[in-house]
Amino acid sequence: MHELAITQSMLDLVLKQAGEAKAEKVGKINLVLGEMTGVVGRCVQFYFDFLSKGTPAEGAALDFKVIPTTARCRDCAKEFELGEFDWTCPHCQSNNMEIIGGKELFVESIEVE
Amino acid sequence: MEIKVIKDIMGANDQIARKNRQLFDSNKVFVVNVMASPGAGKTSVIMETIKRLRGKTGVGVVEGDISSSLDAEAISKEDVPVVQINTGGECHLDANMTAIALGDLPLKDIDLLLIENVGNLVCPAEFALGENIKVLIASTPEGDDKPFKYPLMFHEADAVLINKVDLLPYLKFDVDAFARTIQGINREVKIFPVSCTTGEGIEEWVSWLLGRMGEK
Repeated sequence: MHELAITQSMLDLVLKQAGEAKAEKVGKINLVLGEMTGVVGRCVQFYFDFLSKGTPAEGAALDFKVIPTTARCRDCAKEFELGEFDWTCPHCQSNNMEIIGGKELFVESIEVE
Repeated sequence: MEIKVIKDIMGANDQIARKNRQLFDSNKVFVVNVMASPGAGKTSVIMETIKRLRGKTGVGVVEGDISSSLDAEAISKEDVPVVQINTGGECHLDANMTAIALGDLPLKDIDLLLIENVGNLVCPAEFALGENIKVLIASTPEGDDKPFKYPLMFHEADAVLINKVDLLPYLKFDVDAFARTIQGINREVKIFPVSCTTGEGIEEWVSWLLGRMGEK
């Protein structure tokens, strides 16, 4: 449900960038979404189609690069993806870790005409 | 033509949150963003906290709900300034809604502002309000698997209150395993087992909170 506010915010950002570049049309938006954010790409697409109507971004393709929730073990320093119901290091079984990926939520680039 | 952007989608919200924070800082208000699922006991914890601080600390409350002012009415019985925000469908508070609500609060008389977010373990974690700390209330009937399902919320919390510990004899909830799971991904987090019914643990939570306010 937070996708509505997030999509509006993303669209504002994209239109601002496109305006600065004096672009007439946005063809594609490349987004980076961390798995931990819980943002659902399908929902973003749904709201985007609705919110972008009548703007230069109408009809733009959305590309989602999804970043898995990744941790670095504080004991053996190895990096790994967090399991669904098992948050231990697969290399040394430590449960002391630092989250290093999965919180991303940004616009990487846009393709304009 | 491709334009590199690399801009955080939450940037606009974060900018308003920073302005809120400046306003809080200039009025010497310490702000807590209280988050939990519906029914975990956010309002009860806030009321217990107010009772313990009565006469010592000026407390104000912002109540965030999709609709109704039931919680604000309950809090106003404690004789503290309270503002209700009805999000009208939005599942979280954001910095702008908070900014608007602040106009109705006597910030100069408030030392501690408790903002009760909308009951939800997903969306509120994304939206900074300008708070000093984030507190998550997890209640024992919800089960001890919640960190696995809502990792961001548990990762971002400065403190986790495990509420309704008086119900532990009737539930399968492993407090130690729950605490270990959270501390595994969030080394700095403080964990307080509490019960708003028996009062257990509330003193520890409030004295930690006063400590954090003092550090500011």
